[in-house]
Amino acid sequence: MLIGHQPKDFRLAVSGLTVSFDGFKAVNDLSFYVDENEIRVIIGPNGAGKTTVLDLICGKTKATSGSIQFRSQELTRMKENEIVKAGVGRKFQNPSIYDDLTVFENLEISYPRGRSVFGALTFTRDAAVRDRVHEVAEMIFLKDRLNVNADLLSHGQKQWLEIGMLLIQDPDLLMLDEPVAGMSVSERAKTAELLNRIIKNRSVLVIEHDMKFVEDIAHKVTVLHQGQILSEGTMEKVKNDPKVIEVYLGH
Amino acid sequence: MTDNRFFNRSELIGILMLAVLLVVVLPLTLDVFRLNLVAKYLTYAFVALGLVICWGYGGILSLGQGVFFGLGGYCMAMFLKLEASSVENTKIQSTPGIPDFMDWNQITALPFFWKPFNSLTFTIAAIILVPGIFALIIGTAMFKRRVGGTYFAIITQAVAAILTILIVGQQGYTGGINGMTDLRTLKGWDIRPDHAKIVLYFFEVGCLFVCIMIAQFVRHSKLGRILVAMREKEDRVRFSGYSVANFKIFAFCIAAVFAAIGGAMFALNVGFMSPSFVGIVPSIEMVIYTAVGGRLSILGAIYGTLLVNFAKTGLSESFPELWLFGLGGLFIAVVLAFPNGLAGIWGDYVQPRIDRLISSRKSKPDGGWTDSSVADGAPAE
Repeated sequence: MLIGHQPKDFRLAVSGLTVSFDGFKAVNDLSFYVDENEIRVIIGPNGAGKTTVLDLICGKTKATSGSIQFRSQELTRMKENEIVKAGVGRKFQNPSIYDDLTVFENLEISYPRGRSVFGALTFTRDAAVRDRVHEVAEMIFLKDRLNVNADLLSHGQKQWLEIGMLLIQDPDLLMLDEPVAGMSVSERAKTAELLNRIIKNRSVLVIEHDMKFVEDIAHKVTVLHQGQILSEGTMEKVKNDPKVIEVYLGH
Repeated sequence: MTDNRFFNRSELIGILMLAVLLVVVLPLTLDVFRLNLVAKYLTYAFVALGLVICWGYGGILSLGQGVFFGLGGYCMAMFLKLEASSVENTKIQSTPGIPDFMDWNQITALPFFWKPFNSLTFTIAAIILVPGIFALIIGTAMFKRRVGGTYFAIITQAVAAILTILIVGQQGYTGGINGMTDLRTLKGWDIRPDHAKIVLYFFEVGCLFVCIMIAQFVRHSKLGRILVAMREKEDRVRFSGYSVANFKIFAFCIAAVFAAIGGAMFALNVGFMSPSFVGIVPSIEMVIYTAVGGRLSILGAIYGTLLVNFAKTGLSESFPELWLFGLGGLFIAVVLAFPNGLAGIWGDYVQPRIDRLISSRKSKPDGGWTDSSVADGAPAE
């Protein structure tokens, strides 16, 4: 970076991030930057610290040192629900939805209104809520299943539902942990289409193992290995990086 | 789903049936002694109702609801005891005008924290606020630190044990192991004769229905759905922007306040309050009532409380040693075979049959209509 040059305003700026569990550094001095409207995919072998990075950003795990700046707010000092309010949404690896509630209710709970105790008591299901739920349900291919209990959905539909629950929050940064794991080929294609559609006006951070899927969606790829960045760049560049081939793609 | 914020149609029918049972059937068929027993059982129904919200919906198992039942009961009993301890009634004491047990313990002046209980308004506020604030403190201390599940249950047990020891130990201020007995009048109105018992019974049923309505409102609000969501996927709720701790604290507080109202009703209807309703064993019994009735069903919890208590009275009259084993066995059986209790049995086996019966009745007159619609459709083909 040139001296005197105004630093670029990144959507998400992770710098010097370290977390150590009893001396084991799951993430070690990690720095990366995500632009607005960028789909960034994190890949890497098992135990590379991918999920831990998402945990750190959304506040599930506290960082030992380093900083996570999101639109110039320091996330490492905020509580989980404040981070969500700041505009970060996170999807878990296993579909994390409410089985005993209907698809509609699942989406409604994620609607960003009435999040305090009193707000939840006085929350009314008005036209704005209903319209938004229907709109998102259509996007995630579950328009006809709104009144179905969520435990009756297929695995792929559950994954979409959780993506929908994030969409309804309208986050500026969407973090997805293996969104297509366990999906059929056609479901995978639909998910890629869904992600490409919802990318507008937000940044997306995805962890994925499926290389075909990564190629379909990624703007940029970050390869993690033992808590550190091994390589970063376009899919083309990363794929041909000898270090990456050795530790990850070669297998 | 209906837009009514309190109940849907089948719930309305259920509530009306309960109202008919409590307001018409039981008072007409039972003598005053038995009706007063029902009044005593119903005081536990308040606790069970709170546990439905807190445990059934929120998934927070509290094994210390007796604490709040006791706090509410003692607040009410303190007021009644002061009224019964007028200078006139206690002139044989060495210090007239203070409760008898204080006199026995060589206390010569009313302690400062007893003085406000001369006011009924203060007492009513205290019945709600003392347990409410106590639950708020415990809840905040526990849930903000993410203590939950078994650990929370054990801590509530510890609190129940501590409070019992405190009450028993501070005999001069609390009446000790005997509790507060010989409660006589409420604002000059004698609560002991039969007609007063009947009035108090109806007053209690009225309060119970107010609490049922509050519980229904909570359950049908988005908060009720968040409680269910929290029980299933706490992290998902947290990362959807909710402060999970605040919702747990709310559920715990509302259960505490319901239990306290039940305790106050106990002091009024039964005429005394003692530490035997505060400790670990009664607290667990109250959880069993809820489990037997169905921890997800507001009405189920009330029927469960009534049934277990009737069984308790009946069995412990004839086989006093067996009752505790029976209660334990019942709890294990319910948890293993019918995790949703009586309400679950009703919902799984009885309700579908009734529905089928109604729909088969309905389909007969509907038959003509269906035929004509088919006839209407025919020319279009």
